[in-house]
Amino acid sequence: MISQLPYPPFSKGARQNSPMIRYLLQRLLGLVVTMFVVSIMIFVIMELPPGDYAERYAFRKFTGTGTNITESDVQNIRVQLGLDRPAWERYLDWIGGIVFEFDFGDAFAYETSVNAVIGDRLWLTLAILFSTLLLTYLISIPIGIYAAVRRHSAADYGLTVFSYLGLALPNFLLALVMLYFSVVWFGASVGGLFSPEYEQAPWSLGKVWDLIKHLMVPAVVLAWSATAFQLQTVRATMLDELNKLSVTAARARGLPEWKLLLKYPARLAINPVVSTIGFDINRIFSELPIVALVLSLPELGELLIRSYIDLDMYVAGAILLVLTFTIVLMNFVSDLLLAALDPRIRLEGG
Amino acid sequence: MTDQSIEPTPIPAVDIPATTPSREERRKLRYYSASQWQLVWWRFRRHRMAMVGTIVLGLMALSGILAEFVAPYAPTTRERDYVTGAPQIPRFRDQNGFSLRPFLPGLTTERDPETLRKITKVDPEKRRYVQFLVAGESYTWFGMKFHTHLFGVDEGTIHLFGTDELGRDLFSRTLYATRTSLSIGVLGVLIAFVLALIIGGVAGYFGGWIDYAIQRLTEIIRVVPIIPLYMGLAAAFPREWSTEQVYFAMTLILGLVGWPTLARRIRGQLLASRNEDYVLAARISGASSFTIITRHLLPAFTSYIIVDLVISFPYMILSETALSFIGLGLRPPATSWGILLQDAQNIRTIEQAPWLFIPAAFVVVAVLAFTLIGDGLRDAADPYTVSGH
Repeated sequence: MISQLPYPPFSKGARQNSPMIRYLLQRLLGLVVTMFVVSIMIFVIMELPPGDYAERYAFRKFTGTGTNITESDVQNIRVQLGLDRPAWERYLDWIGGIVFEFDFGDAFAYETSVNAVIGDRLWLTLAILFSTLLLTYLISIPIGIYAAVRRHSAADYGLTVFSYLGLALPNFLLALVMLYFSVVWFGASVGGLFSPEYEQAPWSLGKVWDLIKHLMVPAVVLAWSATAFQLQTVRATMLDELNKLSVTAARARGLPEWKLLLKYPARLAINPVVSTIGFDINRIFSELPIVALVLSLPELGELLIRSYIDLDMYVAGAILLVLTFTIVLMNFVSDLLLAALDPRIRLEGG
Repeated sequence: MTDQSIEPTPIPAVDIPATTPSREERRKLRYYSASQWQLVWWRFRRHRMAMVGTIVLGLMALSGILAEFVAPYAPTTRERDYVTGAPQIPRFRDQNGFSLRPFLPGLTTERDPETLRKITKVDPEKRRYVQFLVAGESYTWFGMKFHTHLFGVDEGTIHLFGTDELGRDLFSRTLYATRTSLSIGVLGVLIAFVLALIIGGVAGYFGGWIDYAIQRLTEIIRVVPIIPLYMGLAAAFPREWSTEQVYFAMTLILGLVGWPTLARRIRGQLLASRNEDYVLAARISGASSFTIITRHLLPAFTSYIIVDLVISFPYMILSETALSFIGLGLRPPATSWGILLQDAQNIRTIEQAPWLFIPAAFVVVAVLAFTLIGDGLRDAADPYTVSGH
């Protein structure tokens, strides 16, 4: 009577596959619902600034041309752009354009489409994001594990001091400090993503190498607080896991210490890191605009600030959507990774 | 130790031991009869770093509150002869010897014979002594006029942190900024707390589908990068708003930034304690939901909430600094740490006037102090910490 067993039988057949697929579908549905609610929130933000798009459009287009703009001109533009319709209709239009035609609207400050403005910057943003994440995990996981194993050592205390500093010194200030010392010591700015000779050049191996060199500074600056945070998480989880009976049992079996560490506690200490990937990206994206402004990086965050100042809300809305979508997508990926790493999650179906 | 049993010859009045318990016993008695807050305070006092944080933050807050008195000048006073001037640090000795009263080297102004521009030169022969409680620019406090300042020099001006591009005293401006930034943090935390209390309280107390809906919504909001989102709100402030209006709108935004984390904590605590027997007893005796939440549930975990509030302070301060720094938060003539740091935004100014960076130190110290206090409070508020350690 298998059905009366208190726990599901460990068969590698269809029984184990179905919860995994259900789990996947559940997460996918969550992704769609989240994006829907977020898009409404973003649309509200876009509608907030005083005055409407038509007025700003008219102002932009005709200032300096000597044309007198009357209220009826503005009204014409309003009808032309469909801004006289109720908000929900415009929302459907906007979101419909994005979903079905991949069209994010017009960037009036640049007199082109949002897609054209965002284009290249998206890739540079993702390049910064992933180099930051890579740096964060490369530093925090091994050092966090080491600090937990060598508890109360000089390295452990040094780490505590570092993580306090990492939380207290805001990234944009660190960026300013780095700018200052690079100017004072090297006489050159570390800002930007390309050297002048590569700025306009087509993509080549040299340009990629130049980009990697320039990515180091923003990656270090952005990884600063994320690393401080993750170090603490890894260390804390590791300390919990080190006290588990599985570790004692393995030690009793005579397993070499390093093998034992990798096999039991270290494997579990990575779990909280994986589950907070989305949280890390959120933190990085929150700090990115200001850091980008200081380091003059041509990416989305810096464009976001400029479009807010210009009240170019279609650009701002598109950037917010893209950033959020990246986070939601990475959350999904981290859920999948977790399910792959930890069978308990798979079996419970979330 | 005055242990009575050591006494060789018994005294007739045998009830003395009962009335004068030993120091050890009195200590124990005091410990067992102490209120919860006393216990928390005793444990907190033992946390040395947290005490350092408290003292530093206390001094900072005090100098902010008394900014008019402590600052030698008003935040908008300009000195045209000392524009982007370096910090002037008082010293105790020069080539002419040692002086107990700190002083600054004297200054002489002459005209350049060619350009006829005024040049200020340091005159090492003269000394300008630092004076305390000097009369200076007048200011009003609670409708009364004062003109006493904590310190000044007997001749000319003193700029401890130097001056900015308009010749305004950076030390004075930093103190006024401290007041703005700390107060905006306090108000932001309070607003976040009220929001979190309402939302988290409702979710945690009622549970069921209300809880489910609120939980999902909070999760969704936590997905959006919060600073970029609320930068949009700040961008929507009308240009014609006054400084005060922008200030309060900023506190509101900071409150919005902070509530999801707090709401989650409050909900978790409520869910944990709402099935306790005393809650059931209160419900049976006909107490309303509001009474149960505020009188029975909240006091049970006030200490935890206070810890969470202290921990969320740095986040508020950093958010305000960041928003003002990029020009989407407070606007001049208001002074906050972020606004002061705006001047240090481009490389040229940092290179020529690195002292414009001093307000950054205040940000770091304040955040560090709040973090240390938060750590100390968390340990102190935990009733399971053994008191002997």
